[in-house]
Order: sequence, then structure tokens, then C-alpha cells
Amino acid sequence: MSGASLRQRFHDIALEGRAALIVYLTQGDPAPEASVDLLVSMAESGADVIELGVPFSDPSADGVVIQQAMQRALDAGGGLSSALATVRNFRDRGFTTPIVLFGYYNPIFVRGVERFAAEAVEAGVDALLTVDVPIDELTELYEPLSKVGIGVVPLVAPTSTPERIAKVASFDPAFVYYVSMTGVTGSAFKGASGGAERVRVIQEATGAPVAVGFGIKTGKDASEVASYADGVVVGSALVRRIAAAEGVEQACLSAGELGAELRAAMKR
Amino acid sequence: MSPATQNGRFGIFGGQYVAETLMPAVEELRCAWEKLDGDEEFHRDLNALLDEYVGRPSRLTLASRLSEALGAKIYLKREDLNHTGAHKINNCLGQALLAKRMGKKRLIAETGAGQHGVATATVAALLQMPCRIYMGAEDVQRQALNVFRMKLLGAEVEPVYAGSNTLKDAMNEALRDWVTNVEDTYYLIGSVAGPHPYPEMVREFQAVIGKETREQILEKEGRLPDALVACVGGGSNAAGMFAPFEADSDVRFFGVEASGDGIDTDRHAATLTKGRVGVLHGSKSYLLCSDEGQITEAHSISAGLDYPGVGPEHSYWKDSGRATYLHRCDAEALDGLEMLARHEGIICALETAHAVAGLAEVVDVIGAGAIVVLCLSGRGDKDMMTVASARGVEL
Ligand SMILES: Cc1ncc(COP(=O)(O)O)c(C=O)c1O
Repeated sequence: MSGASLRQRFHDIALEGRAALIVYLTQGDPAPEASVDLLVSMAESGADVIELGVPFSDPSADGVVIQQAMQRALDAGGGLSSALATVRNFRDRGFTTPIVLFGYYNPIFVRGVERFAAEAVEAGVDALLTVDVPIDELTELYEPLSKVGIGVVPLVAPTSTPERIAKVASFDPAFVYYVSMTGVTGSAFKGASGGAERVRVIQEATGAPVAVGFGIKTGKDASEVASYADGVVVGSALVRRIAAAEGVEQACLSAGELGAELRAAMKR
Repeated sequence: MSPATQNGRFGIFGGQYVAETLMPAVEELRCAWEKLDGDEEFHRDLNALLDEYVGRPSRLTLASRLSEALGAKIYLKREDLNHTGAHKINNCLGQALLAKRMGKKRLIAETGAGQHGVATATVAALLQMPCRIYMGAEDVQRQALNVFRMKLLGAEVEPVYAGSNTLKDAMNEALRDWVTNVEDTYYLIGSVAGPHPYPEMVREFQAVIGKETREQILEKEGRLPDALVACVGGGSNAAGMFAPFEADSDVRFFGVEASGDGIDTDRHAATLTKGRVGVLHGSKSYLLCSDEGQITEAHSISAGLDYPGVGPEHSYWKDSGRATYLHRCDAEALDGLEMLARHEGIICALETAHAVAGLAEVVDVIGAGAIVVLCLSGRGDKDMMTVASARGVEL
């Protein structure tokens, strides 16, 4: 897999007449060993793409649910090295579900972007999304990553100007992540800002599939967004289930259940 | 104004590493900031407030006993005499006036020691803008007096329970507020940190320190000083003091960081001395973090220096050799505070005390008889509980 095949995956899913279900999990929460099982249960319950959150000490774009998940993960030994190991193990178990590493820049920068790129390919990562690297600074990631075939996933926000949205195309994105609201992850969902029209504008300007995320929690939210977007991202709602579960087995069951429910609700 | 920046960069440092949602707001700020250059009315308004409200120019006091003790001619740039008791107000007035011009309705800020929070709450009251201050829960405890001052001024103080419950976490929470209320809210950053244009803008609003010093020392001594000394947390009082002398290569710059329990322990805040290059809170700069890129907690007796990052221009000055960065631990800072109190009758802030404690080394490096200006960034009232408890005194 790679950035290019991830893009192809969106294309194939669109041909099935549906939107992609993209799930977000924080790596290492509740423990690094549990992450592989959680990924497996999400893949088996119908997730099309998995965003694996790399725990960071200072998650300034995340709401309290994911902040706490990251803290638990860091306490349990999660982080970038551990996340790469999680992906490797998941691939070793034979799963091909595309994986996007989702996180903040510092762990990658400190590791060295080129070293990260080489290790990420080897582990089986398809693309990278860094919330604190806007398109203005994205070249320093895009160039080394595209050399090894790893895609970048740029963010577009309700506040993004047409000029900024147009620039996204030059990064040949695997897909574009439309942040549904001005806010942090896990905020209340009141429909994506600008809705179908906004998503259409982004699709046209970037020529890439558009997934919508931030705040989407229920089958009802997901089905509404799936009616016009190429993908729907659900994160905090799953993370909350994992936090509420007792033991890894129950966490897998509970998260998998929500995954299946979302997937069913997104049938067109 | 002469921005040393190229596209918001100081060499490899700086940049705009923030969420896309914030980028349009950061760009809006950059445009508004750049337009101020020729805006006479803005500068007239700001200067009038600096004069009549803050009490500028701040005095340049010759520290005679200290000079005698250390063997150099030491002047103190008295930012402690400003309204609210520190240099922070210079920046707050500038940014708050700019926020008004931009049509923003609400101010938010992070604070560590509470000095920047108090200064922000002060200008918010002056300009009648609602204001919310984010402060790490641990700092709320350590700086109870400043919390009370902020509330008295009408600000909301929001304790932050996350990470290490200190300044960096307050900054994360302020960023979360900004991203949520980006349309009408102005984020008033308190140091030369954050995404471009903040480091350049805050430096320029603080450059009044160095510009006045230049005039005052020329008047008193007929020549420029040999060295400038300032404490470095985020680095705003130091940058404001240093920047107007940047082209004067004979004027040496010394920044003093906090080494907490000691530079060889893992409890310190000496970002430039012990850190590595990374990305945090909008810019690329030196910071304290693990091999895995996780930010590590900083430690200092002085809440205002207790930050694991530093402004990008200081990283640039360090790597280019333009400035030299020293460090002083908690115990040395306490001694510095006492030394200044006993020799000159001035009780400075614990932040400033680090710079005072660095003076002897500076004199050692540049030679006896030199002229040295110390940026006396703030007064010590806020720290009396901390100093008393460090000295084993119960108040
Ligand atoms: C009196 C005083 N000096 C210095 C500082 C450190 O900030 P900076 O390095 O930005 O000047 C603070 C911060 O709270 C302060 O209150």
C-alpha cells in the first residue's frame, strides 16, 4: 500500500456507491499490546481506513477525550516508535486496511523526517496527517515522504480561504481531511460547516477525495455526512468507548460494535 | 521596524506550525501587523499609553554598590517600575490595541507566573474587552496573589489540568480556545514564541526597552554598553533589550536561563543550553523533549521561566553566536535576589534574579571596568511567598 493506493481505495469505495468509514484510535491506549487487537477489531467490523493517532505530550488540537487517551497511552509506553511497531504487527497478522498515522510534528521532526519515512514504509504505513503542519510548511514533509510513496493528508477547515484550498492540490493528497467545525476533536456535532456545498467545492478545487471529521459520533451523524462526502471520520466516540470498557477484550467488542453500527448507517 | 525575519523565519527557526483552522487567523494577524508599520495614529495611541499609563520611559539606574562589588559599571533598566510591575505590559498594550483595530471582541492569553495574565487583564479592563486567562493548575497554586489580581481586574481565570499543569499546558488550552472561537477572539501571546508573526511582533513591542536604553546610556556614558544581560523564559524581555543593538557588534548579549535544581539534573528549564531543535506551539526552536519527541516538563523556582521552549530568534542568536546563554539554578537565583535587595534596595522578580545571578560571570567574560546593562524585568512582590518558603520562613 501507499498514498497512491489509498487514493485508489477511495475510488473503489465510491464505485460501491458508498462513503469510506475512517476510524481514529489513539495508539497505546490503553496499552501498546492492545492497539493491535483494537486495529484488528476495527478492520473486521468494516472500517475502510484507520487513522492511528500517535500519542503526543501536547495535543493542542485535541479535545479532552483524546487528550486523556494520549496521556494514558504515554503512561503505558505509547509513542512514535511504539506506533510503528503496532502497524508492523497489524500487517504481520495479514491485514491490508490502509493506515494513516495521525499526530503532531515534533515526534517526527525529532526522529528525522527521512528516517521516519523509511521506517514508516517498512512498517506498512500508507499516509501521514500532521495537525500542526499546515500547507505553508508541508513541503518539508511532503518531499521526503513522497520519495518513498507515503502520502500526505492535508487539512482544510471552515476558515480556509479559496486560495489556500487551491494550494492543497499540489501535494497530490491521498485524500483531504475537512475539519467539520472550528474547534477541537470531540466537540458537539451540529452538521459539518458549509455541508455538501463546502465539500463539493473542496473536491473540485483539490481533485481529491474529501473525508469529513471532528465531532461525528453517531450513526445518524455519519449517515448524514456520508450522503455527500467521500469519507466519514469517527474518533472521540470510539476512544470514549475504549476508555469506558473493562479490559481489552471488552474494548475491542465495544469499539467494533460502534464500527459496525456506523458502517451500517452509512449504507446509501 | 526592521524585521530580521524572512517569511517568518530566523534562519531555520520560527515558521507557522499551527492547525489549518488557525492559519487564516494567523495570516490576518500578519497582514494587520505589517500594516502597522506606517500607521502613525496607532503609534501615537500606543506611545501615549506607554507614557501616561505605563509610566515610560522606564529609568536607567546606576547600581553603584553592585558595580563596586562586581568590578564593572552596572546599570539597571527598570521595567519593574512599569505599571503592573514588569515588562509584560509593553507587549500587552501593543497587541490589545492591534486586536481592537482588527475588530476582535475578546482577548485570551496564557500565563505562567501570572505577570502576563495580570498585564493582559489590565489592558482588557482599560480597553473594555472581555478576557480569559489560561493558567496551569500548579501555577494557580503557586501564584495565588496574581490570580486574585486578575480576577479583581475582571478577567476569567481558567485553571488548566493537563500534562504538567504549567505554562505549556496553559498555552495548549489557549490554542484550543482560539481554534474554537477564531472569528472574534484575539490570542495575546506573552512572549516571543508562537507562530509568525508573534515572535517578531512581540519583540518589536518590547524593543522599547532596548531603544530607551540606547538613548539613556548614550546620554549618561556617551557610548554604548559592552554587554546586555537579561533572563530568558520565552525570551521577550531579552529580545526587546537586545534587538535594537543587533547591528552593534561590540555590544555583547547574555541571556540567562533557569537551571532549576541544577543543570546536570533533569529538573531544569535551560532550553537553549540543554535542549534540541523541535517544533512546539507554532514554531521551530530549541526545546526540551525526549528522544521520542515528547515534550519534557521544565522546572524552575520561577514560574515565568518554567517553560520547555524558547522564542525562535534566541535559537538563531545562539547558533549564530550573536548571543551567549548562561544558566543559573534556583539557589543561585535566590542569592541573586538577595544580593540586589541588600546592595541596591530593589527586590526583583525571581525571573530577573537569574539574570542578576549571572552578572558575575558576564563581568568575568567581558572584563572588569566594562559597562553592563541588566534588564530588570520585574519586581518581586509576587514571589515573596515562594522566597519565604524557600528560605524556610513561614508568613
Ligand atoms: C518579571 C518577569 N521577567 C521575565 C519573564 C520571562 O519572560 P520572557 O523571557 O518572555 O521575558 C517573566 C514571565 O512571566 C516575568 O514575569
